[in-house]
Amino acid sequence: MKLAVHDLSKVFVTGTGERVPALEGINLTVGDEEFLCILGPSGCGKTTLLRIIAGLETPTTGSIEVDGQALDGPSRRIAMIFQEYSLFPWRTVLENVVFGLEVQGKSREDRLAAARKYLGLVGLGSFEKSFPYELSGGMRQRIAVARALATEPAALLMDEPFGALDAQTRNLMQTELQEIWKKTRKTIIFVTHSVDEAVFLADRIVVLTQRPGRVREIVHVKKCPHPRDRTCSDFVEIRRHVLDLISAGSSD
Amino acid sequence: MRRPLGIILPILILIFWEIAAQLINNQFILPRLETVIPVLLDPTVNILGTGSLLQNAALSLERVGAGFLVALAIAVPLGVGMGWSQRLDAFVDTTVQLFRPIPPLAWGPLAIAWFSVGINSMVFIIFLGAFFPILLNTIDGVRGIKRTWVEVAQTLGASEGQVLVKVVLPGAAPTIWTGLRVGFGIAWMCVIAAEWLPGTTTGLGYLTLYAYNYGQMHYTIAAMITIGIIGIAFDLLFRSVEDRWFAWRGLER
Repeated sequence: MKLAVHDLSKVFVTGTGERVPALEGINLTVGDEEFLCILGPSGCGKTTLLRIIAGLETPTTGSIEVDGQALDGPSRRIAMIFQEYSLFPWRTVLENVVFGLEVQGKSREDRLAAARKYLGLVGLGSFEKSFPYELSGGMRQRIAVARALATEPAALLMDEPFGALDAQTRNLMQTELQEIWKKTRKTIIFVTHSVDEAVFLADRIVVLTQRPGRVREIVHVKKCPHPRDRTCSDFVEIRRHVLDLISAGSSD
Repeated sequence: MRRPLGIILPILILIFWEIAAQLINNQFILPRLETVIPVLLDPTVNILGTGSLLQNAALSLERVGAGFLVALAIAVPLGVGMGWSQRLDAFVDTTVQLFRPIPPLAWGPLAIAWFSVGINSMVFIIFLGAFFPILLNTIDGVRGIKRTWVEVAQTLGASEGQVLVKVVLPGAAPTIWTGLRVGFGIAWMCVIAAEWLPGTTTGLGYLTLYAYNYGQMHYTIAAMITIGIIGIAFDLLFRSVEDRWFAWRGLER
């Protein structure tokens, strides 16, 4: 699916009536099966941008189009994966993964078949009956991914999904996500503040400025083949360029 | 270690009770253990024409059950609404705060005037006792729902009704359950006092007062102990359900 963001801005109004601009003049397009990273310092509005695309917030101006149709509110074609606290603690792993299909009114057989398929894909087929609190942070995020994929969305939005994980698990999850992306060919929009993560994962990186967030530059990473070697010269070069963009942005 | 240590004091109290009862030697001030224990061990014997200990306990429980269920049926939906909608909360909260400090028993005269003597006035008082803890805990539980849970459901295509039924209710359930446990405990205390209202002729609460009027204090104490045992039993029942159903509580990650 193709997703386009047109002239989007977002202004928050605080309790005292103060207007705080979070995003300004955002234009971008995301192609079919593309892996796009949105990168920026904390407070730059990258999460807000993702939440607007997810339909959880409304833009102040501008619009979002999915395959030429204007988006308003959450769409079943777009699923979101949150940083943490997203699994329902009262449901088992399997019951969590079927949730989307359940509210969409799919039959019990279809729900179970899809849930088992995607639990298998994330390598947790044997944890069906476990509860989220019995699992590690990395496993919980894999279940969140399986739950999102089970509804067969065209696009996945990921809001710093590995931000709460330790460095080792994080690297492992990045590699696994690459493999899942290759197998499922979803469009992925991935928000992160880690340059390394963005360069490792993305086809293109949208670098945002500090608040209010504007698009500073869109960096193409595609010339580095997957799986990426974090020590190869292309990787290091792109990484340095992105770091320069970010540090230049913060000294403005 | 806690339990063995905790059992020592009750045993000491029983021993001192018996010693004191023998020294005082007045059945009205403090009846001896051996007059109270047989009453508890034979709970089907008719006491002073009011029915047996078991029959009176069953009647008290029936009244509590009725008042508690009415409170549950009103307080849980209202609490979910107030926790979910700020407008409804703003509309109702002041009224709740005004009525809450009035002890349920203070409604006794009005209850009798409105519902006449009998079960309805007692159920009304019990209802008032159980209502507020259930309501306040339900509101708390709904407000404690993690926003991410609701947003996940929305992005997966859940309607507002589905969010309420599949996310808000189960997410708030542990706290609502705490409200039910506390509400039932208060309801149980209220029924005893409600049975002191004029016109009542049955129930454990009535029995405590009735036996006193006849100077049969060992029956009063036997009824008190029965009240305590039933109270503990229900509290344990609520807690065991809590442990089984809501093991995830406090472990949300």
